[in-house]
Amino acid sequence: MDTDIVNPVVETKPAFTAAEIKMRARGVCVYYGDKKAVDNVSLDMGTEHVTAFIGPSGCGKSTFLRTLNRMNDTIASARVEGRIELDGEDIYDPSMDVVQLRARVGMVFQKPNPFPKSIYENVAYGPRIHGLARGKSELDEIVEGSLKRAGLWEEVKDRLTESGTALSGGQQQRLCIARAIAVDPEVILMDEPASALDPIATARIEELIHELRGRYAIVIVTHNMQQAARVSQRTAFFHLGELIEYGDTSEIFTNPKVPRTQDYITGRYG
Amino acid sequence: MATAGGHTVKAFDEDIAQLRALISQMGGLAENAIHEAMRCLNHRDYEAALQVVADDKKLDLLETEAEGRVVQLIALRAPMADDLREAVAALKIVGIVERIGDYAKNIAKRVPALEGGGQIEAMSLLTEMGRIAAEMVHDVLDAYVERDAEKARVVVERDRAVDDFYDSIFRALLTFMMEDPAEITRSTHLLFVAKNIERVGDHATNIAEMVYFAATGERLTDRPRGADATEAE
Repeated sequence: MDTDIVNPVVETKPAFTAAEIKMRARGVCVYYGDKKAVDNVSLDMGTEHVTAFIGPSGCGKSTFLRTLNRMNDTIASARVEGRIELDGEDIYDPSMDVVQLRARVGMVFQKPNPFPKSIYENVAYGPRIHGLARGKSELDEIVEGSLKRAGLWEEVKDRLTESGTALSGGQQQRLCIARAIAVDPEVILMDEPASALDPIATARIEELIHELRGRYAIVIVTHNMQQAARVSQRTAFFHLGELIEYGDTSEIFTNPKVPRTQDYITGRYG
Repeated sequence: MATAGGHTVKAFDEDIAQLRALISQMGGLAENAIHEAMRCLNHRDYEAALQVVADDKKLDLLETEAEGRVVQLIALRAPMADDLREAVAALKIVGIVERIGDYAKNIAKRVPALEGGGQIEAMSLLTEMGRIAAEMVHDVLDAYVERDAEKARVVVERDRAVDDFYDSIFRALLTFMMEDPAEITRSTHLLFVAKNIERVGDHATNIAEMVYFAATGERLTDRPRGADATEAE
C-alpha cells in the first residue's frame, strides 16, 4: 500500500481495483499566485469509466481538470503541488514529455475550437505531428475512423476540405472530439463540452460519451446536474477548492452523504 | 440530514409545501373514513355508512390532483437527492392513502350486512383495532409532513399490535362461528372488516417505510413479521 495522503473527503466506497485506475491524484493543490484554487484533492479515475466533476463556479473543478494534462502549465502564475499519476507515472516528473502527455490525455473544451483549417486537417494534424501514420492512406484511415467514432463522418465525408469553422456548433464540438481521439489517447478530459450546444447537439455529445467510455477514461466537468447523472459512473463534488464528496453517481444524486453536496444538487446552495 | 434550508428557487419550496398539504388532507380524510366506518359498524348507522362510501370519491379526486402535482414537480424542477426521494415517496403515498380509503369504504359497505342478531363479542376488539390503525395513518402522515424519520419508525413498530388484534379476532370469530353456524354470514363480514383494518395497518407501515427512506436515504430493515393467522390455522 502506498502512503496515501489523508483526505477528509467522503468516498462512499473504493471505486476501482488497482488495475482499473487510470489516473490517480494525491494531495493536489493548485495556486494562482497566492490564491489556493484547489486544496488537497485526492481521487482516482478509472479506465472505461466516466468521472464527472460538479460544483459551483469557482470551486476548482476546471482547474483540477486542467492539472490532469498539465494545461495549467500555460498559465504563468499557476503552481501545482501534490502528485498526479497516469498509469502510475508521475506526470509532473521533469522527464515527462508534455506534448506526449497531452496526446495521451486529450482535452475538449467548452467552446468548440477547431483550427481554422479544413475538416480533414483538423483531425489529421495530431496524428501527423505525432508520427502516427506512415503515409497518406494510413492518415486517411485515421481521419475517417476518428470522425466515425465521433459520430461526424456521415455528415462531413463529402466535404472534408471545407473549413472546420464552417460547421455548426455541435458539429464543431464533435470535430474537436474527433481531433482528440485521432491521436489515440487513453484519457479524454471534457470541460463543459455541451454547455454551448442546443439540446439535440447535447444529446449527441452525451451519446458519444457513452460510446467512447468503452475505450477511454473520460473525465467531464459539467454544470448540468442531469447531464452528470446521465453520463457518468462516478461523481466528485467540489466546493471552495476542496473535494467534498466522491462516490458512485447513482448514490451522489439520490442519497448524498454530505449536507453540502445535498444542498448543491438540490438547489439549496448559497 | 441537515441542509441549508429553502431552495434558491422559492417556487420549488411552495410546490413541495402544497404537495405535502394535499397529501396531509388526503390522510385526514382516510383516517376519518376509518373512524367513521367503524362507528357506523358499532352503531349500525346505515345512513352515515352510505356517506362514508360516497365520500371516498373525494379521496380519488385528491389522488389524481396530487399525482399531477408530483409529475409536474418532477418535470419542472428535476428534483435531486432528498427532493427526488420525497417526490417518489409522495407518488407512492398518495396511491396507498387512496387504498386505505377504499378499505374504509369496504368496511362501511358491510354495515347493512350485519343487521339482525345479537352482539358479537369480537366487536369490541375490532373497535380497538380500528382505532389503532386509524391512529397509525394519522401519525404516519404527520411524520411525512414533518419529514420525521423517527416518528415513522415508531409507526412501523405499532403494526405488530394490529396484527396481534387480527389474530385474536380471527380466532374469536372462528370459535363463534363453530358455536353458532347461524352467525357465519355476519361473522364472515366481520372477518373481512378485520382483514381490511389489518391491511390498513400494513399500508400505514408501507408509508412509514417510504417516509423513513425519503427523510434519511436509508431503508428500514425488514422487520420480523408475526405469523399470519390465516397461515397458522
